[in-house]
Amino acid sequence: MPNSGAHNSVGLVSPCRVRFETAFQLANGSVLAEHELVYETYGELNAAGDNAVLICHALSGTHHAAGFYADDGERAGWWDLAIGPGKPIDTRRLFVVCSNNIGGCDGSTGPNTLNPETGKPWGAKFPQPQVQDWVRSQKLLAEYLGISRWAAVIGGSLGGMQALQWAIDYPEWVEHCVALAAAPKLTAQNIAFNEIARHAILSDPDWCDGDYLSRDTIPSRGVALARMVGHLTYMSADGMSDRFGRELREGSFTPEAESEWVFQVESYLRHQGTRFSTQFDANTYVLMTRALDLFDLAVGNHGDLKAAVDKAIADFLVLSFSSDWRFPPHRSIEIRDALMAAGKPVTYANIETDNGHDGFLLPNQTYEALLTQWMQRVGPA
Amino acid sequence: MNRLDLNTVLGWVPRGSKVLDLGCGDGAFLKRLCEERGAVGVGVDIDPDNLVSAVSKGLDVIQEDINEGLNCFTRYRFDVVILTHALQELTHPHLALERMVHIGEEAIVSFPNFGHWRCRTHLGLTGHMPVSKAMPRSWYDTPNIHFCTVKDFEALCSDLRIDIIERATVAGAAQKWLGKWWPNLFASSAVYRIRRSAR
Repeated sequence: MPNSGAHNSVGLVSPCRVRFETAFQLANGSVLAEHELVYETYGELNAAGDNAVLICHALSGTHHAAGFYADDGERAGWWDLAIGPGKPIDTRRLFVVCSNNIGGCDGSTGPNTLNPETGKPWGAKFPQPQVQDWVRSQKLLAEYLGISRWAAVIGGSLGGMQALQWAIDYPEWVEHCVALAAAPKLTAQNIAFNEIARHAILSDPDWCDGDYLSRDTIPSRGVALARMVGHLTYMSADGMSDRFGRELREGSFTPEAESEWVFQVESYLRHQGTRFSTQFDANTYVLMTRALDLFDLAVGNHGDLKAAVDKAIADFLVLSFSSDWRFPPHRSIEIRDALMAAGKPVTYANIETDNGHDGFLLPNQTYEALLTQWMQRVGPA
Repeated sequence: MNRLDLNTVLGWVPRGSKVLDLGCGDGAFLKRLCEERGAVGVGVDIDPDNLVSAVSKGLDVIQEDINEGLNCFTRYRFDVVILTHALQELTHPHLALERMVHIGEEAIVSFPNFGHWRCRTHLGLTGHMPVSKAMPRSWYDTPNIHFCTVKDFEALCSDLRIDIIERATVAGAAQKWLGKWWPNLFASSAVYRIRRSAR
């Protein structure tokens, strides 16, 4: 993975910010009097404005999709694998935009920003955003940037759902649509995992009914546990066996040894949970998982997915990942079949991998080759 | 591409058709159909490298095992469904044929003719399964698990209530007219236009 250096990287980047002062009504009826989006761009918008590509982030993603920050030369953006000069989403040709969704916790208006009415952080009072809301706010951003049509809208997982929502809500805005490891809606099992995560957060004594920021604390144990559960669903059983097996990080299997046992996999999950709990806002996690639960591409069409996608005029790329059990291949196949039935141009492949749901973020020869080749049709020739 | 049957297939695809190419390989032929016949094509293949090649040609492809029943195409109809030189590799050729004439207004199928005199003499004289330039693999590692002859194929079509609209044969230069009159003996491959019987 070319994350370690500047090879094929967009290099140093810094986030931008835009403030919309007109009232923004959410799907659930509540209104944000004003809101801000934080975003990053890579590459140059051409004079014709026909080379803009929108990247939609997943549950815990941010606007920092590629490149490095000056104060953090180690960690690249979350999709540095795919975005950069000479990479599948080639910034020598394309102008790439990625924004932090409303309700996020990385700079866009969300629970950890100030409620203008109270002057205090929104906390749990932040209204519940839905995928359609993010699409509409990103349309405002596009207009602000002087873009009138996306050459492609691309995302994985929740971001893939958002890309599909874009193609349906604003057909004439989306020329190409890429949905990776996505689903047309969540299953009961998906919702159950999200509920376990929320329950972990809400059970933490430091949750304080979501008002933890004004009490100068964070429900870090709850968020860490939520992340551990979530992270588990992003990996495959085979992938975990390969990576951790039954290896001990501390302790010994010898009979005479008296010690605490820490398996590698435990240590890894704890580390992931702890790191995440200091970086990610608990209210945002609750809102984002709920937005996932509520997402249903066909909700306006009485569950008829074919009728829902019929409005789209985009060319589609749908990819699933063989060991993904969060949104398994058959969920992508539902999307594919609805698109096929509606007569939409679609390319579909199931990428053979042990990387589970995280497959769309990790190196894989076939995946990268397919994405690279398919992206050749995006943007001006 | 120098497989002669493909030229026949090309000529049979009406201009501007919606075409489904089953086992499209690297997409070279489907690309030709799009360019030379103005076809709107979708390819199906199972091999990842083939998918990458086909996508690099600007084609839309679906990764699917034809043996799994082609369920993704149940609700969408094509003008022409093509299966060239892959029938003999399928687990259930008869089920695939039924699906093809269901999905498409017409289907075009080509296959190597196992009734060709060379195959017959090879088996008859040497007692071994034929191995040739066109069929280079030994019986135990060949993907060709369901060889048939021209006669066999036509009998199957009759059983499946599939109408044969047109037949073309491919034969060596010396046997060209022989292949036309005695296809089961002299055609090295056969190409058929078929459709669901109205009967």
